[in-house]
Amino acid sequence: MSATSYTIVNLPDQRTATIPKRNYLNNEDGLLSWLFTGDHKRIAILYLISITFFFFIGGAFAGLIRLELLTPQPDLVASDTYNKFFSMHGIVMIFLFLVPSVPATLGNFLIPIMIGAKDLAFPKVNLLSWYLYWIGGLFTLAALVLGGVDTGWTFTTPLSTHYLNTHVVTAATGVFIIGFSSIFTGLNFIVTLHRMRAPGMTWFRLPLFCWSNYAASILMVLGTPVLAITLVLVALERLVGIGVFDPTKGGDPLLFQHLFWFYSHPAVYIMILPGMGVISEVISTFSRKRVFGYTAVAFSSVAIALFGFFVWAHHMFIMGVSNYSALVFSLLTMLVAVPSAIKIFNWAFTLQKGSITFETPMLYAFGFLGLFTIGGMTGVFLGALGMDIHLTETYFIVAHFHFVMVGGMLMAFLAGIHFWWPKMTGRMYPESLSKLAAVTTFIGFNLTFLPQFILGYLGMPRRYHAYPPEFQVLNVLSTAGATVLGVGYMLPLLYLGWSLKYGAIAGNNPWQATGLEWQIQSPPLTENFIETPIVDHEAYDYEWLAHKTAQEVTTVG
Amino acid sequence: MHISPVLWQFLVKWLNASALFPREASTIAPYADALYFFLLLITVIGLVLVGALVFGFSIRYRKEKHPVAIQVEGSTLLEATWTIIPLALFLIVFVWGALLYFRIYNPPTNAMNIYVVGKQWMWKAEHPGGQHEINALHVPTGRPVQLTMISQDVFHSFSIPDFRVKREVIPGRYSTVWFQATTPGTYHIFCTQYCGTNHSAMIGEVTVLSPDDYDKWTQESTSGMSLAQNGERLFASMGCNACHSGSAAARGPNLAGVYGSKLQLTNGSQVLVNDAYLRDAILNPSQHITAGYAPIMPTYQGQISEDGLIDLVEYIKAMQSNYRVQQTLTTSTSNQAAPTTPGVVKP
Repeated sequence: MSATSYTIVNLPDQRTATIPKRNYLNNEDGLLSWLFTGDHKRIAILYLISITFFFFIGGAFAGLIRLELLTPQPDLVASDTYNKFFSMHGIVMIFLFLVPSVPATLGNFLIPIMIGAKDLAFPKVNLLSWYLYWIGGLFTLAALVLGGVDTGWTFTTPLSTHYLNTHVVTAATGVFIIGFSSIFTGLNFIVTLHRMRAPGMTWFRLPLFCWSNYAASILMVLGTPVLAITLVLVALERLVGIGVFDPTKGGDPLLFQHLFWFYSHPAVYIMILPGMGVISEVISTFSRKRVFGYTAVAFSSVAIALFGFFVWAHHMFIMGVSNYSALVFSLLTMLVAVPSAIKIFNWAFTLQKGSITFETPMLYAFGFLGLFTIGGMTGVFLGALGMDIHLTETYFIVAHFHFVMVGGMLMAFLAGIHFWWPKMTGRMYPESLSKLAAVTTFIGFNLTFLPQFILGYLGMPRRYHAYPPEFQVLNVLSTAGATVLGVGYMLPLLYLGWSLKYGAIAGNNPWQATGLEWQIQSPPLTENFIETPIVDHEAYDYEWLAHKTAQEVTTVG
Repeated sequence: MHISPVLWQFLVKWLNASALFPREASTIAPYADALYFFLLLITVIGLVLVGALVFGFSIRYRKEKHPVAIQVEGSTLLEATWTIIPLALFLIVFVWGALLYFRIYNPPTNAMNIYVVGKQWMWKAEHPGGQHEINALHVPTGRPVQLTMISQDVFHSFSIPDFRVKREVIPGRYSTVWFQATTPGTYHIFCTQYCGTNHSAMIGEVTVLSPDDYDKWTQESTSGMSLAQNGERLFASMGCNACHSGSAAARGPNLAGVYGSKLQLTNGSQVLVNDAYLRDAILNPSQHITAGYAPIMPTYQGQISEDGLIDLVEYIKAMQSNYRVQQTLTTSTSNQAAPTTPGVVKP
């Protein structure tokens, strides 16, 4: 059997193939044409470069944290420096990488094309949101360069307002501004998905990627303003001492916790939902099958978005919330876990009776399934009231949210980047190297974070600069894993960069996928479609695609 | 390959010194671990199931074996199955977790009380009998111990992993946690809520002693003044006794026996007098005026430390009559010598 039958990759003849003469990348030239662009695809690329930059800054801090934790003694850096490391790691990774990662890059690039539109509803607002992202990013970098901030990403009062003399307000301003960037992106997606679908593109013909980004957009628009309010209150408390959170002035520090988690729990779903959308697309394409139970998967995204707003107090079970509210929030937490479980099984059953191939995006998606299952189940540990008492604020919770955010979201992001890279750039990356990167990431990830579950059950608290010596072996394992993980993340940067110039020409539809984005040239024209497409088939209709391809051949012949 | 024996010994020792599972040193620990193992079990089952599905389908339906996909729309039955079974499991976990939560946070009524004050970056334990400890806590086996905790500055969190208990220590309000230690030994205390520069140095040790050793320790390490006795001195020196003298004509309400009673306030509400209420009423009296009294008490915010407040609370808790209040009142107005302490206030 020839090697070609193991894969569905279908590249044009490399001797004659060329990148299309006109496309969004070369439509206009010069830096200004990028900085003033209204094209959603160019803005997506701007975002991609920006978040990659911040990802490696955040990653560098992660590396420094793991290096310090190699030994039990606080010997590499001073305690204050260590505290600044994990604060910057959290702030950069969450607000500057995870929240915008999939929506602002892949979502920006793909949502208009997937629904058959020429652009998002508000192209200038879209560009504005990128500028706001950078202004916020610059504030964050300023806080870093001026001497750092050591509040942790949670800005907990009264520590942040009364006890620290670092650049809290600068960093909070940064996060405040980035929040607006996120709100604008969400608003743009909601309006676009409601108003700009091509004729025939009904809600239930939308690719699931659109559904999950829609759900995440609702969360961005409704949740982020609460974060903004909270940060303003923290700044006012710190600068003029208004006393909202200060018990000596009649304020309540627990109010801060409520407000902060009212955003920050839904934010978790802002981060993961778009990733789930990517996984739906990838698994469907590489098993040549419609996603099992399309409607259930679509509605489970919306269910997660709705329930996600009513579970915030599960971050506060040990903080003296009343027993009754603890009960209610624990129950709701259990309910929000169900849609995630549904999704996992629907993806698994999408494979059934498919015709499966194992290209790089699929490997990342498989990695996602495993890691997200662990991440989700350990979330149930933490949602169980009595168990949470022992586990919260330890490395167990650190491992849990890294499994969801890094094992889940970052794997999904990389799956998506590898999946749509040929569409975005018109070129393929080296397949074997990228598979190696996927496997390396998976192994490195598990080695880094599985020992942290054990550490957490042993009781090792998070954000500890030093720790008792009996925890060292597990910490050394974790640091070793982190180095492997680092290699896993550097590899794509290198070969994707390489592919920009030397990669094989990808052609319109290298994966033979069904989405509208695959029916146009790669890279697409600035206006995406020459004429508005009319949609007469469901999402993931591989028979329609086969039919269409067959007809194309006859007309050419 | 040759490994130097020294290096080898080092490695063996290092690996053997590694902790893998925490000790079970309280009555709660076995209950917590039971739920933990149940959760681990369903996680492993779930993971194996997902793994089996993904790998099974990948092998069976890979392109070489199965070149043409068969489209399946979905299956209501299957989807109902994987909605209901996880839901049922999660609900079991919810109920189990809730029972454990109430077990950990509802202290038995006969628990002995120890106060803990958290501050950047140390734990101060104050025993009613006048033993003061820093970053250490001595407790007996076989007796429920309740900790009443408060922070003097930022959020802290008091955690004893080997007991499986933890509770946030919050500025401006008392929080409690209880445990009953089972095995003598020393165990880690961690502050688990990030609290600034030396967060990771805010650690200590619980020493669990047998009841006999504990009694010995209590006698040897007392400062000679119980918390209530400290409170009595504070009560006189702050001038509390001037109004709360217990006489019928006094400007402040009678405090004898007030602890544990239900109090009618001027704003019409009824409150239960507990530690938290007493503390709030001292710091923020205008919000807590007992019905029938004028709002004349000044605030003591910023004038008494948390330790002092604990002393006062302990004193008022133990106050059964106003005899000694009037004694101290007379002492401070007359120039007579202080009476020798006849009946020491029992800790």
